[in-house]
Amino acid sequence: MWKTILRRLLIMIPQLLILSLLVFVLAKMMPGDPFTGQINPNMDAKTIAHLKQELGLNDPVWVQYTRWVGDLFHGNLGQSYTQHVSVLSLISDRAVNTFWLSLLTTILTYALAIPMGISAGRHQDEWQDQTIQIFNYFTFAIPGFVFYILGLWLFGFTLGWFPISGSVSASAHGFWGVVGSRLYHMILPAILYALITTTSIVQYLRTGIVDNKVEDYVRTARSKGVPENVVFNKHILRNSMLPIAAFMGTTITGLLGGSMIIETVFSYPGMGKLFLDSISQRDYSTLTALILLFGILTLIGNLLSDIIMSLIDPRIRVK
Amino acid sequence: MEKQSDLLLDIQHLHTGYRLQGKFYDAADDVNLTLKRDEILAIVGESGCGKSTIAASIIGLYDHKNTKVTGDILYNELNLVGLNESLFNKIRGDKIGMIFQDPLASLNPLMRVGDQVAETLYYHTDMDEKQRHERVIELFNQVGMPRPEEMYRMYPHELSGGLRQRVVIAMAIACKPEIIIADEPTTALDVTIQAQILDLLEDIQRESHSGIILITHDLGVVAETADEVAVMYAGQIVEKADVKTVFSHPLHPYTRSLLNSMPQSDDEEQDLHVIQGTVPSLKNMPREGDRFAARIPWIPESEHEADPKVHEVEPGHWVRCTCWKNFHFQEEASGE
Repeated sequence: MWKTILRRLLIMIPQLLILSLLVFVLAKMMPGDPFTGQINPNMDAKTIAHLKQELGLNDPVWVQYTRWVGDLFHGNLGQSYTQHVSVLSLISDRAVNTFWLSLLTTILTYALAIPMGISAGRHQDEWQDQTIQIFNYFTFAIPGFVFYILGLWLFGFTLGWFPISGSVSASAHGFWGVVGSRLYHMILPAILYALITTTSIVQYLRTGIVDNKVEDYVRTARSKGVPENVVFNKHILRNSMLPIAAFMGTTITGLLGGSMIIETVFSYPGMGKLFLDSISQRDYSTLTALILLFGILTLIGNLLSDIIMSLIDPRIRVK
Repeated sequence: MEKQSDLLLDIQHLHTGYRLQGKFYDAADDVNLTLKRDEILAIVGESGCGKSTIAASIIGLYDHKNTKVTGDILYNELNLVGLNESLFNKIRGDKIGMIFQDPLASLNPLMRVGDQVAETLYYHTDMDEKQRHERVIELFNQVGMPRPEEMYRMYPHELSGGLRQRVVIAMAIACKPEIIIADEPTTALDVTIQAQILDLLEDIQRESHSGIILITHDLGVVAETADEVAVMYAGQIVEKADVKTVFSHPLHPYTRSLLNSMPQSDDEEQDLHVIQGTVPSLKNMPREGDRFAARIPWIPESEHEADPKVHEVEPGHWVRCTCWKNFHFQEEASGE
């Protein structure tokens, strides 16, 4: 068990190195430099050259790279070009917003998808399954942004049940007031987002159950006189959860990654929106930091998935 | 009343039909069989002849929506046909143990093998966890598994094929069942392991005095282990006798063809006998006349009974149809 984890951690070292190199090279290739748009246009060329020299932009590329990596280790992600605050504080503010929205979404997703998947798999080809399949075709076929905008228009704008933008109301005061207002702002995007993301979980679970219930080991369990409901919960369901467990790691790290589309539609100040904004505003330092962060999150997510899988599936443990 | 009936299972007029496009087709057609204590009854036949269908019908493990079972399967005067599930669950695993063909597929990949055996005990005994553990170790010893404590904690994929089948057997005999159904228990194993597993089954039977139904297509296995043999063709039993009779003077053309198609190690020159044609599919099964007639076309139709019945030609030796009386192999007829 520990060997599996250790081996996976060791593999992550070269992965991180390659990721940082890629991000650095991409950042270098982007047009402009840190002075673009930041300085007084009347400043003369000599001063700029001087500043460039001072900031080390004339150093060899590898010196710049090691300096950048060294700064990363000290938590120094640089200054945002457009917001004039440190990238770290910008990201951490947004990460908190994204975390709560993603957490609520994830809880809702599983709360909806698991009963739906079980019901569809258990009652394969019966009306329960057919209803859920129709729902699934719908959520799979409709593009997320269309669905979100429709939801926003109907429940936010037309019916006015939910706020249509932001993460907290400016007039909220007191701890519970703020918590309540945050929740109120999150509910609609979380429900809409959860409805769309149930599709794959429902499908994996349904297929898992349909496949597993005709497996020989299920017949063996029945031949032992195990009651049908125990056969289902202990043998069929548990084994059908494997593909879902495989997503778990990336779901956990996805809590910080956020979703660009939902956050943009709802003007929700989270990571996804920050990413899109930093692209459109050419905020390179923030963009670089976010790409690096998303890359690291993906790597950690896969690591977590592997660990979770090896915990529940003895077949993939390394001896 | 006599001490304990020697008759364990009395199957009468069993019909098991599967639904295909809305219609039921009998895969087991009017099967009559008995199983006695201390007996190994072999059911032999090609794939698709209905032998596994009989096993599934006895233990009640079939798709209830698409399967129709009629007739009687009497176990101690209790009819297993149409028995409700909660009563059946008390019998399965406790009174009837089942051994399956593919031991890897038959074990849950995510559960320790010891726990899988202990699960049977959980549902049929009052043992606490510790007692169940001890009983599993005892069973592992009985089925000849080395280092049983260590084996208890293993997962199926960590064991060899032979060891996995021993786990499956331990599971089947955990509650000392009176009836053991072994559905092709050695087919997925290599030859040396096959012999060991068969010996183990015989040992178990000698100790527990249970009755074993051995389902196989392997005549070598039958000759080695069985007491009674039922030969099946296309859902029907065509010949039934004790093992000596079946091998020394088989009567039904199908039994004779089957025995003739067995490789003989002392005669490498002779070509293997091949039975012409194939077993008809369930849907295209002829429901009238002798079902084997199509595969021995040189025997004139007049030799077959219009509605072949099973006749007791000598005490304990049953043969379907009367065509055996004038049966000869094609080669013999053409004088080769």
